[in-house]
This record gives sequence, structure tokens and C-alpha cells, in this order.
Amino acid sequence: METANIRELIENHPFLQGLAPKYYDKLAALASKVRFHPDQLIFREGDESSFFYLLLSGKVALEVPAPGKTFRIQTIGEGEELGWSSLWSPVKKQYQARCVAAADALAFDGAQLLRECEADPTFGYELMRRLVRTVAERLQATRFQLLDIFKPVGAKML
Amino acid sequence: MSAATAVQSDPMLTTAARVASVVKETHDTFTLTMEPANGKPLHRFQPGQFSMLYVLGVGELPISISGDPERRENLVYTVRSVGNVTLQLVTRQPGDFVGIRGPFGTSWPLKAARGKDVLIVAGGIGLAPLRPAIYHVLRHRGDYGRLMVLYGARSPRDLLFKKELNAWSYVPDTQILNTVDYGGVSWRGYVGVVTTLFKYVRLHPSQTVAMICGPEIMMRYVVRELETRGVPDERIYLSMERNMKCAVGFCGHCQMGPYFVCKDGPVFSYPQMRPWMDKYEL
Repeated sequence: METANIRELIENHPFLQGLAPKYYDKLAALASKVRFHPDQLIFREGDESSFFYLLLSGKVALEVPAPGKTFRIQTIGEGEELGWSSLWSPVKKQYQARCVAAADALAFDGAQLLRECEADPTFGYELMRRLVRTVAERLQATRFQLLDIFKPVGAKML
Repeated sequence: MSAATAVQSDPMLTTAARVASVVKETHDTFTLTMEPANGKPLHRFQPGQFSMLYVLGVGELPISISGDPERRENLVYTVRSVGNVTLQLVTRQPGDFVGIRGPFGTSWPLKAARGKDVLIVAGGIGLAPLRPAIYHVLRHRGDYGRLMVLYGARSPRDLLFKKELNAWSYVPDTQILNTVDYGGVSWRGYVGVVTTLFKYVRLHPSQTVAMICGPEIMMRYVVRELETRGVPDERIYLSMERNMKCAVGFCGHCQMGPYFVCKDGPVFSYPQMRPWMDKYEL
């Protein structure tokens, strides 16, 4: 029953739309539902990458902790993915992720998901194609953010 | 967009108005409410239009009207203090006089948007010229489909009209999303550029009219996002900003290709602006 519900969530998640039905079954067997609470640290920068998440609701912030200050660089929410560095192996988490508004997600063991990608290159290609798109969108958004378009007139470059 | 309306008989003639109130919106942005100084009502305006405001002895500059178009007793302007004239404007006191010319320019296509979803995308002070359009849609809620407002600012302290944004979010069929480029850990909202908010709205491209105002670079990115999502170019409208001096197309300071932004704009359809927005050294 739980797997059936998870399959439906997977099938409706924007990140996975358009996959062949057999891959939804495969992913449903690998996924588990998790819930994050406000202010919960989901992972820290430098943690061993383990889980890849598909967010179903709520809001999660990506942060860079620095002495005396934490920089919040991006938030992600419903329909987005979190922790894609877990699909490169071995790698450590690049940022810190903190739940901002209570969030439900589907969690996948990154190493296991990667093994499935290697075992079935068509599945792997489909997953990586989606991942590249996500990474490209975030890169574009970051470049746009770097333009600092609302900077006060006459202010020095950061 | 509609042609300019209600321009006074001599567009170069300044009318005296009295500052009724000055409200601090953010650390550098203020909203001034002007009322008639001589008993004669101030000119009506269409959402998206601007006036030339003159600080006596200091200078004159174009400022978008940010108030409710159906409140005819006054004119409201939201001004970011970035230079000498704007600084003098925002430090006016109630009772002080300010000269007004206008209103000038074209307006948001609110008639054409009737029956459709209205998507407002604003960046920074760009929310000010869009606020009259939001007021209009909210006053005539039944005439429009969904109202979606995507608003980006530099940081939480730069967000304009916070209380109103919050109040609007409770209106049925209205979705208000704010984001900031830089947010501290106490900020519970979104962090990221305004285009990242598109993921959280369900657009029906064939029935959406988009109205955009903000830095020109932001508008370019927003237009790309709208094109990707299938919103037809002819239903995308932009408010452009150029150095406007005369406001009636005489001086040429605000020329952009074949257009004068003061007279043919500031609100343009995207097909009008498309050839000129990416033009190098225009």
C-alpha cells in the first residue's frame, strides 16, 4: 500500500515526469517518505553524500556556514530536488541544507540509485538528463544572482 | 496598453501639489501622497503611467504613480532615494509643495487582460508602477482569472509594501510569492532570483497576460522564462525606463529605437521592444 502511494508521488513529481512506467516501479521500490521539521539541519557541508531527495512540500534552504555568519544562498521547495551530489560518488555535501517550512520528501539512497543507473544505462541516462537540467537551471539562477541587479546606484562591487 | 489619457492642456505646465504624507517603506524608499494645493482636483491616471515631479529649485524627474487609480482625491508616488532630486523629494514634509506635470505615457493592458489570468512580475522598485494594476484587478476581481504576483528584491529589508503583499495573499485566486537575492537565516521566505519563483505557479500560457517591471536585465530573463513556458509574446508587457526629461516626446532623451519611452511607453508590448532590448550600445 505504502509502495503504491509512493509510486503515485513519484509519477507526479515534476523531476520524474515522462519516465517509462517501469522506472516508476523501480524508483518506488527504492524510495522512502521522510519529513523535515522547521530549522532541522538535513545535512551539513562536508557530510558524506548519502541521500537524494525529491521534495513534495515545504521549503528547504541551502546555506554556507562561515565564522559568525551563515549565508543563505537559495531556497528550494515543492517539486524540486535536493542533494544531487549524492549521485556523484564519492563526494561530500557542498552546502548545508536546513528546513525552513515543514517539508515532506521522498528519500533515495544515493549509492543505491547510482548502482541502478550503472546497471541500466537507459534509466541512468534519463535520470542524469534531468539532473543536468536541474544543475543548469541552478547555475543560470546563480549567475543571474551574481549580477546583483538591485544593487544601489554607486555601490561598489561586492 | 492604452494611449495616454488625462494629460493637462499644457503638458509643460507644472501644477502645485501639497505633500499630504510621507511613509517610509524601506531604508531608502518612501511613499509620498500628494493632494491638490489649490482646490482643483489632481489629474486622474491609468495604472502604469508616470508624472514629472518637480522639487522647487532642485530639479524634476519622472516618477511612476503607485496608488489606487480609483482614489481620486490624491496621487501616490513611491520613490527610492538614489540621487539629489529623489533625496530632496523623500525628505519633503507634510504641507510642503511639489510641482507635478502629467500623468504621462501608456498604461498596463487591463482591458485586454479581462477574462484572463494576470501574471505580475516585479523586481525592486518595479513593484511601484505595477501596484495600481494590482489594485485594479483586486477591485474588479470578477473580471479577471487568477492573479499571480512574483516579486523579487535584493534582501528582506528591501521588500516594498510588505503588509499589502501579505494581505493580498489571502484574496481568493490570488498567489503572491516574494523572493530575495540575499537572505539571512531569520528570513523564512524564498532566496533566489525572481525567475526561480516560476516553479511554484501553474501557468496556463494560452490565457495568461504578463506585466513586468524591474531592471532591464531582470525583464530579459523573465521574458525568456515566459517564452519557455509558452506565453505568447504579444501578451507580455514591459515597463521600460530611460532618462526622461520633457515627458512628451520633444527632447529625445528617452529614445529607444523608433520609440520615445515617455510618449510611446513606458508600457510596451514585448514584440515592440524585442528588437531593442538585446541591442548592444543602444
